[in-house]
Amino acid sequence: MTEENSIYQGAEAKIIKTMCLGYPVVEKRRLKKSYRIQEIDTRLIASRTKEEAKLMAAARKQGVCVPIIFDVDIQQGIITMEYIEGNRIKDIYNTLSKQKRLKLCRDIGESIGRLHMGDIIHGDITTSNMIVYEGRIHFIDFGLGEINHEVEAKGVDLHVLMEAMESTHSRFANEFKYVLEGYKRTYIKNPKEVEGKIQEIVQRGRYR
Amino acid sequence: MITLGIEGTAHSIGIGIVKGRNDSCSVLSNMIRTYRPEKGGIHPREAANHHVTYIAELIKEALQQAHIPAQDVDLISFSQGPGLGPCLRTAATAARALSLKLHKPIIGVNHCVAHLEIGRGVLPECTDPVLLYTSGANTQVIAFAEGKYRVFGETLDIGIGNCLDKFGRSLQMPFPSGPRIEQLAKKSTNYLELPYSVKGMDIAFSGLLTAAIHYHKNNKPLGDICYSLQETAFAALTEITERAMAHTEKQQVLLGGGVAANQRLRDMVSIMANERGARFFVPEKSLCVDNGAMIAWLGYIMYQSGVRMEIDDTIINQRFRTDQVEVIWRD
Repeated sequence: MTEENSIYQGAEAKIIKTMCLGYPVVEKRRLKKSYRIQEIDTRLIASRTKEEAKLMAAARKQGVCVPIIFDVDIQQGIITMEYIEGNRIKDIYNTLSKQKRLKLCRDIGESIGRLHMGDIIHGDITTSNMIVYEGRIHFIDFGLGEINHEVEAKGVDLHVLMEAMESTHSRFANEFKYVLEGYKRTYIKNPKEVEGKIQEIVQRGRYR
Repeated sequence: MITLGIEGTAHSIGIGIVKGRNDSCSVLSNMIRTYRPEKGGIHPREAANHHVTYIAELIKEALQQAHIPAQDVDLISFSQGPGLGPCLRTAATAARALSLKLHKPIIGVNHCVAHLEIGRGVLPECTDPVLLYTSGANTQVIAFAEGKYRVFGETLDIGIGNCLDKFGRSLQMPFPSGPRIEQLAKKSTNYLELPYSVKGMDIAFSGLLTAAIHYHKNNKPLGDICYSLQETAFAALTEITERAMAHTEKQQVLLGGGVAANQRLRDMVSIMANERGARFFVPEKSLCVDNGAMIAWLGYIMYQSGVRMEIDDTIINQRFRTDQVEVIWRD
């Protein structure tokens, strides 16, 4: 594996572009950390890799686009998944026409609503973690996700996106309301409560 | 310019005198007295009574050690919050009295921001760090972004110091328990599994604490428990610090707070920084714990940037958040 193939490195994992069974794929490799003892390192890498793969499978069941998983190596902490062509929403949002932005927002909301119907919390919904390919929004990086039915968790999940839109797309920050519009179309459990929770979280004044 | 700072947010009363010249801080004296409860944790009123008893003589000692007559002090600074009400009021009252008596200006400062600024003040190469601030009550990852010191991650329940103390207390260890736990931990390398709770850049310790106490009740060797407790809690702290560094794209990390005295925590954060190609900083111990010098130093830089307060503005704020401070002294 050559260094050129590494397309992203975060605090926890490295993303490598490669081939698998003749398809272009990415490998998400969780990095060993020498500051922590072997026992903790092994346990965290294994449990997080497993959890992430499970959440991706659960998201697909809810009808949300996620990369197809080719392989999961729990011991090594590697998830091999389909390489999604297309653009990160972060990179295109500010260049779209108003009409297209609003449609995109509603589509994002609908997808998040589907995830939440299955109690799937993504944990890091930002416009960098959504890729548009052939008109469909693909969600990536479930590394901070969990299964949680609580209103609080769902509110926080949406609040993260709200803040991301405020910082990355500040000119269009008020367009988050169209995300909520889409969300309410698919999240039919208790959308009012989640919406109220977002307001409450804003009031708490947490910065992230 | 000479500033006298009074720290009194919790169990320590501290008087520090610093001399500031532009961006560099020299500490002339830094006296600390710590209230140690006979049993249990800090009782706010008892702690305040302790501070009242010693504050006057501590001011005298600090002036003596700095070889400064009281009249030569140019500014009085005090910890305005966050902290225990009775303790904060004691420090604030002393600061107001000094300010009025000596006819010198007064400034109330944020305790958490002071922990970060003292590192920048005494370590010239530490310019724009992510601070891992670990003390009894506070556990926060703080960095400068868009005009304020923002909290990127923090504990969702109790502070790490509080976690260690509560564990120690369940075993009748004296307060603070951190140093004793550190010694016991060195005797073992046998890891007992404990809950590891990191949520994004936030962290939680209560589950870990309960599980550790449970191990003790089940007669697991104390060394093993202390070792596992430290390894788990500190790995989690190091992880959220690294996340914040990646998120903010900062290349420096600074430790502060009483738990920064722990060598294992220092080692872990230092290894993490090395692997990222980042710089690791920690001030000397007397400037990591709650102390008056850091309060004096933050008062000085705020005053230099044009901040002024009247006595009416010096009301304490027990819930003074780090990100409430307008950081006008940085770009």
